[in-house]
Amino acid sequence: MNDPHPVAGASSRRGEASGALDLAELLRRSGRGDREAFAVLYDAVSARVLGLAVRVVRDPAQAEEVAQEAFMEIWKTSARFDADRGSPLGWMLTIAHRKSVDRVRSAEASTRRDGSYHQQNQPVAHDSTAEAAHASLEAHRVRTALKSLTSIQREALELAYFGGYTHTEVASMLDLPVGTAKTRIRDGLIRLRDMMGVGS
Amino acid sequence: MSDIHALSGAYAVDALDDLERASFERHLAGCATCRSEVDGLRETSSLLGGACSTTAPDGLRERVLAEIALSRPLPPPGGVTTLQRRDRHRRGPRRAVAALAAAAAAVIAIGGGTVLVTQLGDDPVRTVQLSATDRVLQAPDAEEFTTPTRDGLGTVTVVRSSSLNQAVLITKGLAEAPAGKTRELWLKHDNTYIPAGFLGGGTDHTMLLDGDPGSAQGFGLTIEPASGSTQPSDQLVALLNFTSA
Repeated sequence: MNDPHPVAGASSRRGEASGALDLAELLRRSGRGDREAFAVLYDAVSARVLGLAVRVVRDPAQAEEVAQEAFMEIWKTSARFDADRGSPLGWMLTIAHRKSVDRVRSAEASTRRDGSYHQQNQPVAHDSTAEAAHASLEAHRVRTALKSLTSIQREALELAYFGGYTHTEVASMLDLPVGTAKTRIRDGLIRLRDMMGVGS
Repeated sequence: MSDIHALSGAYAVDALDDLERASFERHLAGCATCRSEVDGLRETSSLLGGACSTTAPDGLRERVLAEIALSRPLPPPGGVTTLQRRDRHRRGPRRAVAALAAAAAAVIAIGGGTVLVTQLGDDPVRTVQLSATDRVLQAPDAEEFTTPTRDGLGTVTVVRSSSLNQAVLITKGLAEAPAGKTRELWLKHDNTYIPAGFLGGGTDHTMLLDGDPGSAQGFGLTIEPASGSTQPSDQLVALLNFTSA
Protein backbone atom coordinates (compact mmCIF):
# COMPACT_ATOMS: atom_id res chain seq x y z
CA MET A 1 0.00 0.00 0.00
CA ASN A 2 2.90 2.32 0.64
CA ASP A 3 4.00 1.85 -2.89
CA PRO A 4 6.59 4.56 -3.39
CA HIS A 5 4.86 6.10 -6.41
CA PRO A 6 4.52 9.79 -5.79
CA VAL A 7 1.37 11.46 -6.98
CA ALA A 8 3.41 12.90 -9.76
CA GLY A 9 2.92 14.54 -13.07
CA ALA A 10 0.98 17.48 -14.36
CA SER A 11 -2.23 16.32 -12.73
CA SER A 12 -0.73 16.35 -9.26
CA ARG A 13 -2.38 18.88 -7.00
CA ARG A 14 -0.64 18.64 -3.71
CA GLY A 15 1.91 16.41 -2.06
CA GLU A 16 0.91 13.87 0.54
CA ALA A 17 1.78 14.57 4.12
CA SER A 18 3.42 11.24 4.82
CA GLY A 19 4.46 10.24 1.36
CA ALA A 20 1.62 7.70 1.38
CA LEU A 21 -0.78 8.04 -1.47
CA ASP A 22 -4.05 9.77 -0.88
CA LEU A 23 -6.24 7.07 -2.35
CA ALA A 24 -9.40 9.06 -1.74
CA GLU A 25 -8.02 11.94 -3.77
CA LEU A 26 -6.99 9.57 -6.55
CA LEU A 27 -10.50 8.12 -6.58
CA ARG A 28 -11.99 11.59 -6.68
CA ARG A 29 -9.82 12.52 -9.65
CA SER A 30 -10.57 9.21 -11.35
CA GLY A 31 -14.25 10.01 -10.94
CA ARG A 32 -13.68 13.08 -13.06
CA GLY A 33 -12.12 10.97 -15.79
CA ASP A 34 -8.46 11.45 -14.87
CA ARG A 35 -6.83 8.30 -16.26
CA GLU A 36 -3.39 9.24 -14.95
CA ALA A 37 -4.76 9.33 -11.44
CA PHE A 38 -6.39 5.98 -12.04
CA ALA A 39 -3.09 4.51 -13.22
CA VAL A 40 -1.43 5.65 -9.99
CA LEU A 41 -4.33 4.20 -8.05
CA TYR A 42 -3.96 0.94 -9.93
CA ASP A 43 -0.27 0.73 -9.08
CA ALA A 44 -1.04 1.38 -5.45
CA VAL A 45 -3.72 -1.28 -5.00
CA SER A 46 -3.35 -3.85 -7.80
CA ALA A 47 -1.42 -6.31 -5.63
CA ARG A 48 -4.18 -6.22 -3.00
CA VAL A 49 -6.99 -6.49 -5.49
CA LEU A 50 -5.36 -9.34 -7.40
CA GLY A 51 -4.22 -10.99 -4.16
CA LEU A 52 -7.78 -11.10 -2.89
CA ALA A 53 -9.09 -12.36 -6.23
CA VAL A 54 -6.47 -15.13 -6.31
CA ARG A 55 -7.31 -16.07 -2.75
CA VAL A 56 -11.02 -16.44 -3.47
CA VAL A 57 -11.04 -17.55 -7.11
CA ARG A 58 -7.78 -19.56 -6.91
CA ASP A 59 -7.28 -19.99 -10.62
CA PRO A 60 -4.71 -17.28 -11.49
CA ALA A 61 -6.03 -16.62 -15.00
CA GLN A 62 -9.59 -16.27 -13.75
CA ALA A 63 -8.42 -14.15 -10.86
CA GLU A 64 -6.84 -11.74 -13.33
CA GLU A 65 -10.12 -11.50 -15.21
CA VAL A 66 -11.92 -10.81 -11.95
CA ALA A 67 -9.37 -8.15 -10.99
CA GLN A 68 -9.84 -6.52 -14.37
CA GLU A 69 -13.63 -6.50 -13.87
CA ALA A 70 -13.14 -5.05 -10.42
CA PHE A 71 -10.92 -2.24 -11.70
CA MET A 72 -13.43 -1.48 -14.41
CA GLU A 73 -16.12 -1.15 -11.77
CA ILE A 74 -13.86 0.95 -9.56
CA TRP A 75 -13.28 3.29 -12.50
CA LYS A 76 -16.96 3.48 -13.41
CA THR A 77 -18.13 4.11 -9.86
CA SER A 78 -15.15 6.08 -8.54
CA ALA A 79 -17.23 9.23 -8.18
CA ARG A 80 -19.50 7.33 -5.80
CA PHE A 81 -16.90 6.48 -3.24
CA ASP A 82 -18.01 8.02 0.05
CA ALA A 83 -15.30 8.61 2.62
CA ASP A 84 -17.93 8.81 5.35
CA ARG A 85 -18.65 5.14 4.92
CA GLY A 86 -15.19 3.65 4.96
CA SER A 87 -11.66 3.72 3.60
CA PRO A 88 -10.85 3.88 -0.10
CA LEU A 89 -8.99 0.57 0.07
CA GLY A 90 -11.88 -1.06 1.91
CA TRP A 91 -14.29 0.18 -0.73
CA MET A 92 -12.13 -1.15 -3.57
CA LEU A 93 -11.61 -4.51 -1.88
CA THR A 94 -15.35 -4.78 -1.27
CA ILE A 95 -15.87 -4.46 -5.01
CA ALA A 96 -13.11 -6.98 -5.73
CA HIS A 97 -14.51 -9.41 -3.20
CA ARG A 98 -18.00 -9.25 -4.61
CA LYS A 99 -16.68 -9.87 -8.13
CA SER A 100 -14.60 -12.79 -6.87
CA VAL A 101 -17.52 -14.39 -5.07
CA ASP A 102 -19.74 -13.95 -8.12
CA ARG A 103 -17.08 -15.71 -10.16
CA VAL A 104 -16.66 -18.73 -7.90
CA ARG A 105 -20.40 -19.15 -7.57
CA SER A 106 -21.05 -18.99 -11.30
CA ALA A 107 -18.08 -21.28 -11.99
CA GLU A 108 -19.42 -23.64 -9.37
CA ALA A 109 -22.90 -23.61 -10.87
CA SER A 110 -21.52 -24.63 -14.27
CA THR A 111 -19.24 -27.24 -12.70
CA ARG A 112 -22.20 -28.64 -10.82
CA ARG A 113 -24.05 -28.96 -14.10
CA ASP A 114 -21.10 -30.92 -15.45
CA GLY A 115 -21.50 -33.34 -12.59
CA SER A 116 -17.98 -32.86 -11.31
CA TYR A 117 -18.93 -30.47 -8.55
CA HIS A 118 -17.87 -32.74 -5.73
CA GLN A 119 -14.43 -33.53 -7.09
CA GLN A 120 -13.77 -29.88 -7.74
CA ASN A 121 -15.02 -28.96 -4.36
CA GLN A 122 -13.20 -31.46 -2.21
CA PRO A 123 -10.30 -29.39 -0.95
CA VAL A 124 -12.55 -27.19 1.08
CA ALA A 125 -11.26 -23.73 1.84
CA HIS A 126 -9.76 -24.65 5.15
CA ASP A 127 -6.38 -23.17 4.46
CA SER A 128 -5.89 -20.68 7.19
CA THR A 129 -5.81 -16.95 6.85
CA ALA A 130 -2.35 -16.93 8.33
CA GLU A 131 -1.05 -18.85 5.34
CA ALA A 132 -1.79 -16.03 2.94
CA ALA A 133 -1.07 -13.24 5.31
CA HIS A 134 2.09 -11.31 4.75
CA ALA A 135 4.58 -10.28 7.34
CA SER A 136 3.25 -6.78 7.31
CA LEU A 137 2.17 -5.13 10.48
CA GLU A 138 -1.43 -5.04 9.35
CA ALA A 139 -1.43 -8.71 8.47
CA HIS A 140 0.07 -9.41 11.85
CA ARG A 141 -2.67 -7.43 13.54
CA VAL A 142 -5.28 -9.31 11.54
CA ARG A 143 -3.77 -12.64 12.56
CA THR A 144 -3.65 -11.64 16.17
CA ALA A 145 -7.22 -10.43 16.09
CA LEU A 146 -8.37 -13.61 14.37
CA LYS A 147 -6.89 -15.63 17.22
CA SER A 148 -9.28 -13.97 19.60
CA LEU A 149 -12.28 -15.41 17.75
CA THR A 150 -13.78 -18.74 18.71
CA SER A 151 -12.75 -21.45 16.27
CA ILE A 152 -16.30 -21.67 14.92
CA GLN A 153 -16.46 -17.91 14.38
CA ARG A 154 -13.10 -17.97 12.62
CA GLU A 155 -13.91 -20.95 10.43
CA ALA A 156 -17.33 -19.59 9.51
CA LEU A 157 -15.84 -16.22 8.62
CA GLU A 158 -13.02 -17.72 6.56
CA LEU A 159 -15.30 -20.08 4.65
CA ALA A 160 -17.61 -17.20 3.86
CA TYR A 161 -15.02 -14.56 3.04
CA PHE A 162 -12.28 -16.60 1.39
CA GLY A 163 -14.32 -19.59 0.29
CA GLY A 164 -17.17 -17.52 -1.13
CA TYR A 165 -19.73 -19.83 0.49
CA THR A 166 -23.15 -18.62 1.53
CA HIS A 167 -23.94 -18.69 5.24
CA THR A 168 -26.32 -21.59 4.58
CA GLU A 169 -23.50 -23.57 2.95
CA VAL A 170 -21.18 -22.63 5.78
CA ALA A 171 -23.73 -23.97 8.27
CA SER A 172 -23.85 -27.34 6.59
CA MET A 173 -20.07 -27.51 6.15
CA LEU A 174 -19.51 -26.84 9.83
CA ASP A 175 -22.48 -28.93 10.98
CA LEU A 176 -24.08 -25.90 12.55
CA PRO A 177 -27.83 -25.73 13.06
CA VAL A 178 -29.55 -23.96 10.16
CA GLY A 179 -29.48 -20.22 10.63
CA THR A 180 -26.62 -20.05 13.11
CA ALA A 181 -23.71 -19.59 10.71
CA LYS A 182 -24.86 -16.06 9.93
CA THR A 183 -24.75 -15.27 13.63
CA ARG A 184 -21.24 -16.75 13.96
CA ILE A 185 -20.06 -14.71 10.97
CA ARG A 186 -21.56 -11.55 12.40
CA ASP A 187 -20.24 -12.16 15.91
CA GLY A 188 -16.79 -12.92 14.50
CA LEU A 189 -16.76 -9.77 12.41
CA ILE A 190 -17.93 -7.61 15.29
CA ARG A 191 -15.19 -9.05 17.47
CA LEU A 192 -12.62 -8.42 14.74
CA ARG A 193 -13.94 -4.92 14.20
CA ASP A 194 -13.57 -4.10 17.87
CA MET A 195 -10.13 -5.72 18.08
CA MET A 196 -8.90 -3.87 15.02
CA GLY A 197 -10.42 -0.60 16.13
CA VAL A 198 -12.40 -0.10 12.94
CA GLY A 199 -14.67 2.88 13.31
CA SER A 200 -18.06 2.68 11.74
CA MET B 1 -33.39 -8.01 17.10
CA SER B 2 -35.45 -9.27 14.22
CA ASP B 3 -34.01 -11.99 12.09
CA ILE B 4 -33.13 -9.80 9.15
CA HIS B 5 -30.70 -7.66 11.17
CA ALA B 6 -28.69 -10.78 11.88
CA LEU B 7 -27.83 -10.98 8.17
CA SER B 8 -25.60 -7.88 8.35
CA GLY B 9 -22.40 -9.89 8.85
CA ALA B 10 -23.16 -12.40 6.11
CA TYR B 11 -24.08 -9.49 3.84
CA ALA B 12 -20.81 -7.72 4.59
CA VAL B 13 -18.81 -10.76 3.46
CA ASP B 14 -21.05 -11.50 0.45
CA ALA B 15 -22.36 -14.69 2.02
CA LEU B 16 -26.03 -14.24 1.13
CA ASP B 17 -27.71 -15.87 -1.82
CA ASP B 18 -29.30 -13.59 -4.42
CA LEU B 19 -32.72 -13.63 -2.86
CA GLU B 20 -31.52 -12.97 0.67
CA ARG B 21 -29.30 -10.20 -0.60
CA ALA B 22 -32.19 -8.52 -2.36
CA SER B 23 -34.35 -8.79 0.76
CA PHE B 24 -31.58 -7.48 2.97
CA GLU B 25 -30.89 -4.54 0.65
CA ARG B 26 -34.56 -3.61 0.78
CA HIS B 27 -34.26 -3.75 4.55
CA LEU B 28 -31.06 -1.66 4.48
CA ALA B 29 -32.83 1.13 2.66
CA GLY B 30 -34.96 1.68 5.75
CA CYS B 31 -32.66 0.64 8.61
CA ALA B 32 -29.96 3.13 9.58
CA THR B 33 -28.64 0.82 12.29
CA CYS B 34 -27.91 -1.93 9.80
CA ARG B 35 -26.39 0.45 7.26
CA SER B 36 -23.98 1.74 9.82
CA GLU B 37 -23.17 -1.76 11.02
CA VAL B 38 -22.64 -3.03 7.47
CA ASP B 39 -20.19 -0.20 6.76
CA GLY B 40 -18.09 -1.12 9.76
CA LEU B 41 -18.22 -4.85 9.08
CA ARG B 42 -17.30 -4.38 5.43
CA GLU B 43 -14.35 -2.26 6.43
CA THR B 44 -13.36 -5.01 8.83
CA SER B 45 -13.71 -7.81 6.31
CA SER B 46 -11.63 -5.88 3.81
CA LEU B 47 -8.79 -6.03 6.32
CA LEU B 48 -8.85 -9.79 5.87
CA GLY B 49 -8.68 -9.29 2.13
CA GLY B 50 -6.01 -6.65 2.43
CA ALA B 51 -3.69 -9.19 3.99
CA CYS B 52 -3.51 -11.01 0.64
CA SER B 53 -1.13 -9.62 -1.90
CA THR B 54 -0.05 -10.87 -5.32
CA THR B 55 2.13 -8.88 -7.69
CA ALA B 56 0.05 -8.16 -10.75
CA PRO B 57 1.57 -8.95 -14.14
CA ASP B 58 2.24 -6.03 -16.49
CA GLY B 59 -0.31 -7.39 -18.93
CA LEU B 60 -3.11 -6.80 -16.45
CA ARG B 61 -2.14 -3.17 -16.02
CA GLU B 62 -2.15 -2.67 -19.77
CA ARG B 63 -5.54 -4.34 -20.16
CA VAL B 64 -7.09 -2.36 -17.33
CA LEU B 65 -5.78 0.98 -18.56
CA ALA B 66 -6.82 0.18 -22.12
CA GLU B 67 -10.30 -0.78 -20.99
CA ILE B 68 -10.96 2.28 -18.86
CA ALA B 69 -9.97 4.49 -21.78
CA LEU B 70 -13.08 3.23 -23.54
CA SER B 71 -15.63 4.40 -21.00
CA ARG B 72 -16.22 7.30 -18.69
CA PRO B 73 -16.95 7.12 -14.98
CA LEU B 74 -20.57 7.39 -13.89
CA PRO B 75 -21.58 10.71 -12.36
CA PRO B 76 -21.83 10.84 -8.58
CA PRO B 77 -25.26 10.15 -7.12
CA GLY B 78 -26.90 13.51 -7.68
CA GLY B 79 -28.87 13.92 -4.48
CA VAL B 80 -26.11 13.45 -1.98
CA THR B 81 -24.51 16.88 -2.07
CA THR B 82 -27.83 18.63 -1.69
CA LEU B 83 -28.83 16.40 1.16
CA GLN B 84 -25.54 16.99 2.91
CA ARG B 85 -25.96 20.71 2.71
CA ARG B 86 -29.55 20.67 3.84
CA ASP B 87 -28.96 18.30 6.72
CA ARG B 88 -25.72 19.68 8.02
CA HIS B 89 -27.25 21.46 10.99
CA ARG B 90 -29.09 18.39 12.18
CA ARG B 91 -27.78 15.88 14.59
CA GLY B 92 -25.97 13.04 12.89
CA PRO B 93 -26.59 14.23 9.35
CA ARG B 94 -23.42 12.69 7.96
CA ARG B 95 -24.61 9.35 9.08
CA ALA B 96 -27.97 9.85 7.45
CA VAL B 97 -26.31 10.83 4.19
CA ALA B 98 -23.82 8.03 4.47
CA ALA B 99 -26.73 5.74 5.04
CA LEU B 100 -28.51 6.91 1.93
CA ALA B 101 -25.34 6.56 -0.05
CA ALA B 102 -24.94 3.13 1.49
CA ALA B 103 -28.28 2.11 0.14
CA ALA B 104 -27.26 3.30 -3.28
CA ALA B 105 -23.73 2.00 -3.22
CA ALA B 106 -24.82 -1.31 -1.80
CA VAL B 107 -26.34 -2.18 -5.13
CA ILE B 108 -23.59 -0.76 -7.31
CA ALA B 109 -21.49 -3.82 -6.81
CA ILE B 110 -24.18 -6.01 -8.35
CA GLY B 111 -22.60 -6.80 -11.66
CA GLY B 112 -22.99 -9.28 -14.42
CA GLY B 113 -25.61 -9.56 -17.06
CA THR B 114 -27.09 -6.57 -18.73
CA VAL B 115 -25.99 -3.38 -17.12
CA LEU B 116 -28.24 -0.41 -17.37
CA VAL B 117 -28.41 2.87 -15.63
CA THR B 118 -31.73 3.21 -13.97
CA GLN B 119 -33.55 5.95 -12.21
CA LEU B 120 -35.69 4.36 -9.56
CA GLY B 121 -38.54 6.60 -8.51
CA ASP B 122 -37.70 10.18 -7.69
CA ASP B 123 -34.77 9.48 -5.47
CA PRO B 124 -31.62 10.58 -7.28
CA VAL B 125 -29.43 8.73 -4.79
CA ARG B 126 -30.79 5.50 -6.19
CA THR B 127 -29.43 6.04 -9.68
CA VAL B 128 -27.41 2.90 -9.93
CA GLN B 129 -26.26 0.21 -12.28
CA LEU B 130 -28.61 -2.72 -12.21
CA SER B 131 -29.38 -5.68 -14.35
CA ALA B 132 -33.01 -6.12 -15.33
CA THR B 133 -33.59 -8.77 -12.70
CA ASP B 134 -31.72 -6.85 -10.00
CA ARG B 135 -33.87 -3.87 -10.81
CA VAL B 136 -36.96 -5.82 -9.88
CA LEU B 137 -35.35 -7.39 -6.81
CA GLN B 138 -34.30 -3.92 -5.65
CA ALA B 139 -37.55 -2.16 -6.40
CA PRO B 140 -38.99 -0.34 -3.39
CA ASP B 141 -42.36 -1.99 -3.97
CA ALA B 142 -40.98 -5.49 -4.58
CA GLU B 143 -43.20 -8.21 -3.16
CA GLU B 144 -41.95 -11.71 -2.61
CA PHE B 145 -44.05 -14.86 -2.90
CA THR B 146 -42.63 -18.29 -2.36
CA THR B 147 -43.82 -21.88 -2.27
CA PRO B 148 -42.36 -25.37 -2.25
CA THR B 149 -42.93 -27.31 -5.47
CA ARG B 150 -45.63 -29.97 -5.42
CA ASP B 151 -43.03 -32.73 -5.22
CA GLY B 152 -41.56 -31.04 -2.15
CA LEU B 153 -38.05 -31.10 -3.64
CA GLY B 154 -37.67 -27.51 -4.79
CA THR B 155 -38.85 -24.00 -4.19
CA VAL B 156 -40.35 -21.43 -6.49
CA THR B 157 -40.19 -17.74 -5.66
CA VAL B 158 -41.62 -14.82 -7.55
CA VAL B 159 -40.51 -11.29 -6.73
CA ARG B 160 -42.79 -8.77 -8.34
CA SER B 161 -42.66 -5.02 -8.72
CA SER B 162 -46.01 -3.59 -9.71
CA SER B 163 -44.52 -0.19 -10.48
CA LEU B 164 -42.10 -1.75 -12.97
CA ASN B 165 -44.73 -4.26 -14.13
CA GLN B 166 -42.06 -6.92 -13.98
CA ALA B 167 -41.45 -10.04 -11.97
CA VAL B 168 -38.47 -12.28 -11.42
CA LEU B 169 -38.87 -16.01 -11.08
CA ILE B 170 -36.30 -17.76 -8.91
CA THR B 171 -36.30 -21.55 -8.80
CA LYS B 172 -34.20 -23.85 -6.67
CA GLY B 173 -33.99 -27.61 -6.96
CA LEU B 174 -36.67 -27.83 -9.59
CA ALA B 175 -37.20 -31.27 -11.21
CA GLU B 176 -36.43 -31.44 -14.94
CA ALA B 177 -39.29 -31.86 -17.38
CA PRO B 178 -39.82 -35.46 -18.57
CA ALA B 179 -38.48 -36.31 -22.04
CA GLY B 180 -40.46 -34.60 -24.79
CA LYS B 181 -41.99 -32.13 -22.33
CA THR B 182 -41.21 -28.62 -21.25
CA ARG B 183 -41.84 -26.49 -18.19
CA GLU B 184 -44.12 -23.59 -18.97
CA LEU B 185 -44.76 -20.48 -16.88
CA TRP B 186 -48.11 -18.77 -16.43
CA LEU B 187 -49.50 -15.58 -14.99
CA LYS B 188 -53.05 -15.58 -13.71
CA HIS B 189 -55.29 -12.73 -14.83
CA ASP B 190 -59.00 -12.88 -13.92
CA ASN B 191 -58.92 -16.65 -13.47
CA THR B 192 -57.28 -17.17 -16.86
CA TYR B 193 -53.70 -18.35 -17.13
CA ILE B 194 -51.64 -16.43 -19.71
CA PRO B 195 -48.32 -17.91 -20.94
CA ALA B 196 -45.37 -16.14 -19.32
CA GLY B 197 -42.42 -18.03 -20.77
CA PHE B 198 -40.61 -21.34 -20.53
CA LEU B 199 -37.87 -22.69 -18.32
CA GLY B 200 -34.79 -24.14 -19.99
CA GLY B 201 -33.02 -27.15 -18.54
CA GLY B 202 -31.57 -27.05 -15.05
CA THR B 203 -32.84 -26.87 -11.52
CA ASP B 204 -31.99 -23.30 -10.55
CA HIS B 205 -33.12 -20.32 -12.55
CA THR B 206 -33.39 -16.58 -12.07
CA MET B 207 -35.33 -14.98 -14.89
CA LEU B 208 -37.84 -12.32 -15.80
CA LEU B 209 -41.40 -13.38 -16.54
CA ASP B 210 -43.07 -12.32 -19.77
CA GLY B 211 -46.39 -10.49 -19.77
CA ASP B 212 -47.92 -8.13 -17.23
CA PRO B 213 -46.95 -9.38 -13.80
CA GLY B 214 -47.94 -6.07 -12.24
CA SER B 215 -51.63 -6.78 -12.57
CA ALA B 216 -51.47 -10.57 -12.29
CA GLN B 217 -53.15 -12.35 -9.39
CA GLY B 218 -51.00 -15.44 -9.42
CA PHE B 219 -48.31 -17.54 -11.01
CA GLY B 220 -48.23 -21.14 -12.18
CA LEU B 221 -45.58 -23.58 -13.42
CA THR B 222 -46.73 -26.65 -15.32
CA ILE B 223 -45.38 -29.50 -17.45
CA GLU B 224 -46.48 -29.12 -21.07
CA PRO B 225 -45.73 -30.76 -24.41
CA ALA B 226 -42.40 -29.61 -25.82
CA SER B 227 -44.09 -27.20 -28.22
CA GLY B 228 -45.78 -25.43 -25.33
CA SER B 229 -49.48 -24.87 -24.66
CA THR B 230 -51.87 -21.97 -24.68
CA GLN B 231 -53.66 -23.29 -21.62
CA PRO B 232 -52.04 -25.00 -18.65
CA SER B 233 -52.31 -28.77 -18.27
CA ASP B 234 -53.15 -30.36 -14.94
CA GLN B 235 -49.49 -31.35 -14.44
CA LEU B 236 -48.86 -28.69 -11.89
CA VAL B 237 -45.38 -28.10 -10.51
CA ALA B 238 -46.10 -25.01 -8.42
CA LEU B 239 -48.82 -22.46 -7.92
CA LEU B 240 -48.59 -19.07 -6.22
CA ASN B 241 -51.26 -16.56 -5.34
CA PHE B 242 -50.16 -12.95 -5.29
CA THR B 243 -52.00 -12.04 -2.14
CA SER B 244 -50.47 -9.09 -0.41
CA ALA B 245 -48.50 -9.92 2.65
